[in-house]
Amino acid sequence: MYNYLDFEKPVADLEGKILELKTLMDSGESVDVGDEITRLEARSQEALRDVYKALTPWQKAQVARHPDRPHCKDYVEALFTEFTPLAGDRNFAEDHAIIGGLARFNGRAVCVIGQEKGADTQSRLKHNFGMARPEGYRKAVRLMDMAERFGLPVITLVDTAGAYPGIGAEERGQAEAIARSTEKCLNLTVPVISLVIGEGGSGGAIAIATANRVYMLEHSIYSVISPEGAASILWHDSTRAKDAATGMKITAQDLLELKIIDGIVPEHVGGAHRNAARVIEAAGDQIGKALDDLSADGLDLRKQRREKFLAIGRSL
Amino acid sequence: MNWITNYVRPKLNSMLGRRDMPENLWIKCPETGEMIFHKELEENLWVIPTSGYHMKMPVKERLKRFFDGGRYDLLPAPKVPQDPLKFRDVKRYTDRLKESRAKTGLEDSIVNATGEIDGVPVVVTAHDFSFMGGSLGMAAGEAIIDGFMKAIELKRPLILFAASGGARMQEGILSLMQLPRTTVAVEMLKEAGLPYIVVLTNPTTGGVSASYAMLGDIQIAEPGAVIGFAGKRVIEQTIREKLPEGFQTAEYLRDHGMVDMVVPRRELKGTIARLLRMLTGMPSLDQAAEDTIEETEDAPAEMPADAEKADV
Repeated sequence: MYNYLDFEKPVADLEGKILELKTLMDSGESVDVGDEITRLEARSQEALRDVYKALTPWQKAQVARHPDRPHCKDYVEALFTEFTPLAGDRNFAEDHAIIGGLARFNGRAVCVIGQEKGADTQSRLKHNFGMARPEGYRKAVRLMDMAERFGLPVITLVDTAGAYPGIGAEERGQAEAIARSTEKCLNLTVPVISLVIGEGGSGGAIAIATANRVYMLEHSIYSVISPEGAASILWHDSTRAKDAATGMKITAQDLLELKIIDGIVPEHVGGAHRNAARVIEAAGDQIGKALDDLSADGLDLRKQRREKFLAIGRSL
Repeated sequence: MNWITNYVRPKLNSMLGRRDMPENLWIKCPETGEMIFHKELEENLWVIPTSGYHMKMPVKERLKRFFDGGRYDLLPAPKVPQDPLKFRDVKRYTDRLKESRAKTGLEDSIVNATGEIDGVPVVVTAHDFSFMGGSLGMAAGEAIIDGFMKAIELKRPLILFAASGGARMQEGILSLMQLPRTTVAVEMLKEAGLPYIVVLTNPTTGGVSASYAMLGDIQIAEPGAVIGFAGKRVIEQTIREKLPEGFQTAEYLRDHGMVDMVVPRRELKGTIARLLRMLTGMPSLDQAAEDTIEETEDAPAEMPADAEKADV
């Protein structure tokens, strides 16, 4: 059973019926419901396609935050081998909201960094729901420094509602930590590739997403502030999140049109959570292609990255 | 309510054909409630004389009072796409822009100026908080980049006066992109070997604090300025706790090692000029003054530099 979203109700109803019939069949009742199940399955697939064909930005935000959506760890497990997590910022703490370390991608040694939201209550608490403190960003900077020294490409997986707003985080310089991480991304002379797999939440996301190539999953979002936050500030009414989501242009499709990202990784009908393996595979293909493309000399890579960001918005 | 203020005064005013006194002639100290006449406040650099509270300062006033002799040249405002997202909340974004332009006489929230402070040629990039909360959008981002490029072209240090609530939400993702864009400009200035001094004024938060405003070679804050990443309300709602006394103020940041110093407004110019002279290999202002005297008065015997040091 999935965690259904509001707008998936037609699908939920059909899949509910299918489940009922299957239970009936399994219980050994003599009625033949096989045809009915096949018919319902076709209808439910159709309903799912219809719903996902026309997702609104606000609905996409909900898909991007879906609890069953594959998270950073799922990608790392499936796409990398020999992943060896490295911990700590060497100043204060280990921040589990950002995981990172050395790994091999198609056999090539790389540095992988990403936000992990956690998959159940316990792991969500451990990873602070993917909301990093300054230590997380300082760890990222430390890992990027090492990647730079050993000529390893940096691959980042972005999935955060935002940097953590807390007392300690502010005291230890959340703003500065984010600024330094963005600065580090811009200075690297190795290839940097970012993929937004769920939520790209503001400064907390850009801190590790200032890359040579930036991709987004089909139903992921990337925004300067959460739709709810914008609604409460601009409309003084958090129920206007739907309008904020539409107006702020937060979807992968919007960002591609605004020439902010380089490409979209397609999701299976019904979102990444319905067929994680296929989406992760597509993501891997995209990362692989980008790595092959980014064969320029180190200083050129840095120059291209800086020029890419300077060019954003200039030709709109 | 008060019968005299609510009834008699308006009645008198209407009889005399006089409008109510414009409110901004008297300014209230947000800390003590004390009323102060605007002329007196302006003379004191918009600092309340008794409480020392640093009021927000209009950017043109800031520039006039900061540069030697009030002389400076403004850089033209860059041309950027207006309202690319066709955004509207309770108001149209284009209307908000029009209103802010009429109110402030500025094109957007960033102004660039060139001039000298205590004889040091500099470029100043300054936010005006009264323009949509000093927010960072495409126009401001482009202006910041222009300011840095000008500093590189003229081989001058850049001084940033930050005053901003953060990114401009009405420009959505395009405003977020100003974080890396402005950071590119900071890096280019640093690579050119030029100093970058940041003055954090009230308030500096959100995306502005999370990018160029935290990347200075030297970070200075004005007394009492609110500086931080997340807003107080957001933090309180997240942690459901009361925030500590003085949280996110300039002094709090200094005590936590996040800024170099808290400097009262009237000492800013002298402090920055002194630092810049040291960073750029210029003689100290005292030395420069002495040299001028020596030139005009036929130099007396020079004191060896070592002897001076031995005194200290």
